[in-house]
Amino acid sequence: MLTDTTIEKKLTAMANDPKIKMRGNKVNVFYGEKQALFDVDLDVPGNAVMALIGPSGCGKSTFLRCLNRMNDTIDICKVTGDITLDGEDIYDPKIDVVELRARVGMVFQKPNPFPKSIYENIAYGPRIHGLTKTKAELDEVVESSLRKAAIWEEVKDRLQEPGTGLSGGQQQRLCIARAIAVSPEVILMDEPCSALDPIATAKVEELIDELRLNFTIVIVTHSMQQAARVSQRTAMFHLGNLVEEGPTDKMFTNPDTKLTQDYITGRFG
Amino acid sequence: MSIANETARPAVDWRSVEVTRFRKRRYAADRRLQFYGMGAIVIALGLLAILVTSLISTGYSAFTQTMVTVPIELREDQIDREDPFSANWRTILRDSLKKLTPELEASQERDYFALFTNNAQFLVRDQVVKNPQLIGTTVSFTFPVADPVDQLSKGNIDRNQPEQLRRVNDVQIAFYDKLSEQGAISVPFNWSLFFNADSRFPELAGLAGAISGSFWALLVCFLISFPAGIAAAIYLEEFAPKNRLTDLIEVNINNLAAVPSVVFGLLALAVFIGWFGMPRSVPLVGGMTLALMTLPTIIIVTRASLKSVPASIREAALGVGASKHEVILHHILPLAMPTILTGTIIGLAQALGETAPLLLIGMNAFITSPPAGFLEPSTALPTQIFIWADSPERGFVSRTSAAILVLLSFLITMNAIAIFFRQRFERRW
Repeated sequence: MLTDTTIEKKLTAMANDPKIKMRGNKVNVFYGEKQALFDVDLDVPGNAVMALIGPSGCGKSTFLRCLNRMNDTIDICKVTGDITLDGEDIYDPKIDVVELRARVGMVFQKPNPFPKSIYENIAYGPRIHGLTKTKAELDEVVESSLRKAAIWEEVKDRLQEPGTGLSGGQQQRLCIARAIAVSPEVILMDEPCSALDPIATAKVEELIDELRLNFTIVIVTHSMQQAARVSQRTAMFHLGNLVEEGPTDKMFTNPDTKLTQDYITGRFG
Repeated sequence: MSIANETARPAVDWRSVEVTRFRKRRYAADRRLQFYGMGAIVIALGLLAILVTSLISTGYSAFTQTMVTVPIELREDQIDREDPFSANWRTILRDSLKKLTPELEASQERDYFALFTNNAQFLVRDQVVKNPQLIGTTVSFTFPVADPVDQLSKGNIDRNQPEQLRRVNDVQIAFYDKLSEQGAISVPFNWSLFFNADSRFPELAGLAGAISGSFWALLVCFLISFPAGIAAAIYLEEFAPKNRLTDLIEVNINNLAAVPSVVFGLLALAVFIGWFGMPRSVPLVGGMTLALMTLPTIIIVTRASLKSVPASIREAALGVGASKHEVILHHILPLAMPTILTGTIIGLAQALGETAPLLLIGMNAFITSPPAGFLEPSTALPTQIFIWADSPERGFVSRTSAAILVLLSFLITMNAIAIFFRQRFERRW
């Protein structure tokens, strides 16, 4: 039987393992004339949590949104360079965007449940992708997703009530459950706790830590403590450049650059 | 600026005369703005009150109709049981009417019979043809009096005027008073205003044809403009590339919404009737014409409401891998629908009141039976008002106002439904 510490060690080893889930190579992003990212090279290891940190407007959310081509929805946004998922270029014209977004799920800054029932919020993804054959199977997916998102106990008696009626923290966990329900390989989280109070934040952080057993997670955060608590690797952005990337422990104790040092100690940003 | 300079400024005395007076002037400006707004509302409400009051004061009398109740002998020697339709109904009616006033002289007959509606014989005939078991009995029939007598009974004719200036002469007034004394005259609610179609005789004229004509035309208008408007808006908002061509389309749609309706009428006359050879005066063509006018309104409203659905919902759907049509049909459109419906109803209400295009395609014809479908000639409410307003008979004056009140009540109902939709289903984000 594995003890917690051995699991922890194994996971840390995996995080630093070169098994790369997603890879960005010379990624440049332009919003019209304005360039938002400059030649970013960043590898996302599998089954780990990678935190993207940096001051506002540094391009970390932009990079995150490139990973599931959410930037496609912005007309003026143009992406150059390669981003791969398991070695496949996701910006290849032949790639199926719907499949990509199913494999790379996303949780947004502001909880955005559909204005439908809790059940429908979770069932929607599996249903459109045809992942379940029967109602019983769908029920099972809904329950297991809600359980994985640690919200099942709170909502099991009111699955038919609107998802928008939940509290902010519950809504965000519902959104995480919605992302999990599609069985993605990667989950992108764009400041998932910025609209939540400390108690809800703690719950979501605990959840993120558990989720990395099954998923690869990339999280954008403004909170240094959060990055330190939940991530195994951290990448620091500044003014559209990747400043530094490495194991979280090292980043927070002994960063290579003065910029990172100053940012994590709160001297700017 | 250094902090030292900042503190060097003298402290403001917020209670000083000068500062207080300045503040008072600002409050006065607030109050003036409020009064201008209230004044504008008083003017608007005042004008509305004048409109409604004048309509009600001329129109209310059309909601009642003076009726006369006459026992009519249906003698078997006058009516063939096998063929009641062909009996001489004019004689049957006049015989019974004469019995009512035995003192009637031959020279007065013409004036006396003119008291009753011209079509009374046909009203009696239709009843008996429907119920042939009545033959051989004496039955009380109630039918309208002629329009001048209706006006007399409603007090619109001054008995003290010289006879030649009145539309009822002294003989008629005498007989009317006699019938009134006998209790034969009644003034009940005028149901025929809603259940009769148009007629040359005001006492028989009703809005049934116009109401059903408007209904069919609006139905056609809705069935065309609603789906087409939504589809066009979805394409323009969600799929169309942003380039010169789509800019041009957008400008033209906005222009189309401002084109005078008479132009659409001419277009419909040329294209639908002239070119496609569709029949004149039918609600189908009317509805298609109104759809041309309503379409740009619906497109504009739909685009605005699609745009107002927050991006977070769109992103949430995309984030779980929804394809474009799923994002639109499962999420954006349902959320935009209450606003779209509100706009559509307001667009339809506008179409309901539209007159000019319907005049041009012949929906102002004189038609005495309500249309059974959208391919039968008919009038519509606004064109019926137009026809009646143009008719010389005194009874059409009040009927015109009554028809306007009916049209207004339809408009108010539709707008109330629109407000209901807005308040009941609109989401706040």
